[in-house]
Amino acid sequence: MPTTTTRNHAATSETATSKHLHPTLLRLATAGSVDDGKSTLVGRLLHDSKSVLADQLDAVERVSRDRGLAHADLALLTDGLRAEREQGITIDVAYRYFATADRSFILADCPGHVQYTRNTVTGASTADAVVLLVDARKGVLEQTRRHLAVAALLRVPHVIVAVNKIDLVGFDEDVYTRVAADLAEVAIDLGLPDLISLPVSALEGDNVVDRSSRTDWYTGPSLLEILEALPVADDPSHEEFRFPVQLTLRPQEAARDAAHREYRGYAGQIASGVVRVGDQVVVLPGGRRTTIAGIDTADGTLAEAFAPRSVALRLTDDIDVARGDLIAAATSAPEPTRDLMATVCWLSAEPLSKHSRVLLKHTTRTTRAIVSAVDGVLDLDAVRIISAHDLGLNDIGRLRIRTAEPIAAEPYARHRRTGAFLLIDAQSGQTLAAGMVGDPLAGEGEHADEWDI
Amino acid sequence: MSAATETVRNPNPETVGNTSPGTVGNANPEPVGIVELADSRLTLDHLDTLESESIHIFREVVAEFERPVLLFSGGKDSVVMLHLAAKAFWPGPVPFPLLHIDTGHNFPEVLAYRDRAVAEKGVRLEVATVQDYIDDGRLAERRDGTRNPLQTQPLLDAIADHRFDAVFGGGRRDEEKARAKERIFSLRDEFGAWDPRNQRPELWNLYNGRHRPGEHVRVFPLSNWTELDVWRYIAREDIDLPELYYAHQREVFERDGMLLAVGPVSAPRESETVVTKQVRYRTVGDMSCTGAVESDAVTVQDVVIEVAATRLTERGATRADDRISEAAMEDRKKEGYF
Repeated sequence: MPTTTTRNHAATSETATSKHLHPTLLRLATAGSVDDGKSTLVGRLLHDSKSVLADQLDAVERVSRDRGLAHADLALLTDGLRAEREQGITIDVAYRYFATADRSFILADCPGHVQYTRNTVTGASTADAVVLLVDARKGVLEQTRRHLAVAALLRVPHVIVAVNKIDLVGFDEDVYTRVAADLAEVAIDLGLPDLISLPVSALEGDNVVDRSSRTDWYTGPSLLEILEALPVADDPSHEEFRFPVQLTLRPQEAARDAAHREYRGYAGQIASGVVRVGDQVVVLPGGRRTTIAGIDTADGTLAEAFAPRSVALRLTDDIDVARGDLIAAATSAPEPTRDLMATVCWLSAEPLSKHSRVLLKHTTRTTRAIVSAVDGVLDLDAVRIISAHDLGLNDIGRLRIRTAEPIAAEPYARHRRTGAFLLIDAQSGQTLAAGMVGDPLAGEGEHADEWDI
Repeated sequence: MSAATETVRNPNPETVGNTSPGTVGNANPEPVGIVELADSRLTLDHLDTLESESIHIFREVVAEFERPVLLFSGGKDSVVMLHLAAKAFWPGPVPFPLLHIDTGHNFPEVLAYRDRAVAEKGVRLEVATVQDYIDDGRLAERRDGTRNPLQTQPLLDAIADHRFDAVFGGGRRDEEKARAKERIFSLRDEFGAWDPRNQRPELWNLYNGRHRPGEHVRVFPLSNWTELDVWRYIAREDIDLPELYYAHQREVFERDGMLLAVGPVSAPRESETVVTKQVRYRTVGDMSCTGAVESDAVTVQDVVIEVAATRLTERGATRADDRISEAAMEDRKKEGYF
């Protein structure tokens, strides 16, 4: 019996003729435990939004048949590597793309196993929203708390929990309400005020793309409707202007137009906020103050620009500016420092103790650094710091770090771009850790002081 | 582009989620000077967002590597890359050369376009030729006649000979399942090999391009673009392309469910009938194994509409070599292919 409504608002074929001239881009990451139906949900989103093309579906159906499955295994749409298909597991983050009339989506599909927490961190680092799956029969598990903690730690702007397999509990409102209440409690512990939850059946499609009549007690939007309506990112007009300088554009006689031989502009991508011609800025870590003389793109000059646009800035004063410098609003500039308190997620199989001397990459600046102390490791289940002397793969710990050069670092809780850094092994070049300045879980609240830089 | 284009209306209604502990809402009203809208957030549209991300990637590479190169075939993805590179370094020139791995099985229009584009942008073009390798015996012609897999060795040799340390490729994650797992900065060892199980995590927009001597990094500035994004961008930016991307009359014959052009390297067998059809190409590559699609899309807007409505993937529709197996692309990539 058909039980979902048949509104189809998601066909990609509508996008070309959309009345909206300016569709937006939303970056999503999915997370969930093993067997909670995450790949099925992703497959369902792609399939029901008409983003799976005929030859892809043919391939999935062929392989499913070869394996003796009665239905097409939609998880095969996302498991791309030979080893993944052979082992039937997802190893690495896979990126998927789908679009509705108003919005394009980039979906980072992250593996569910505990040992792949580092992939969840990777996927969440760029995400505007995380979609977390919970099995309605199992409720909030350790792994759920862990994934919510990662989302909170990485300060993902929106967290949506899909309470899945609602069909297997007879579409029972009480079951959902209980899980939602538990989720709300964890969300408060973690400081996730905007957590959204909804009941879904990924297998049967209830509330994924279309609202289901089998959950008539749930009057909210479907998952796709939520994703279509979420604000894309923080509103730049409420942020402080930050601009890491990538390089100096100074073409001299190589200029394509002789009029630009004297041109000197600083190229970069606006990390946060809005910049206008005439704004007072400060160049860090040096601290020289100057004024924005021009905002340039290859298409012409702008009176103002905002994150995340790539531009070139001209300054009124002829001062020394180079890659690694941060141009910031003069009224709110951070104080450069060589001593950081930071929260890191350790991403390497080799423990921290083998890597006390590292490279630290912050915005466009890479400097040598020493890990001077390990203050503890985060017990993700209890969401508290316990004492530790070393960090291993997937550990989230608190470190003190001393850098060779001052960096314009800011608390990650306030500035996702200028609060983030990598630790890199100088010899092998491997990325060792994802770092966040301060204590993102404490946010800007009362506990923030302890971890202030 | 004027300042007015900076302010883009977010078309979505403001509130969702009524059974949740929290709701998603709108932020406060906008400061003066910005157009007041129902939802007054400052939001870049998705093509501007993708363009800015790609420009950021180009600039990171030029700032951190000594000898970058851009793989340029004259295909639409490499053309869009070159366009973005020119924008990233305006008002200066594109600060790296182009590299074409010439299969010898080129569409003549594409080769002519390549030379035109190179002259117009004022860039240096390096060419590595598969035919040279076949002539002196370093490579043997395959029995199926396709030369796509033969490009790997000339590519790796060119990278080593020129000591290129960063190689821009036009690969997109939406193209194929193995590519969906590819990083934007993707390390290659001294054999040019890709190890998909041992990739560096890629966090925020902090790209780690560190590599040891002999290693190089493949960089994919179009990772997050889809085929439709590429076409919409070509339309918006009015980018010139080889004419065979648009519908035209051509002599073709059917082989393995694909329409192949009649040409010096793709002659029909006796059992294959030649017909003239209105076709266009969705991808351009080795002429002997790149299929045309029947199409009425004469203008770029027609193509945008056609691509938005298509039911077949770009590679599934047009590439014989990707039909070999589920993992054909992964296997080629591990050996050092694009």
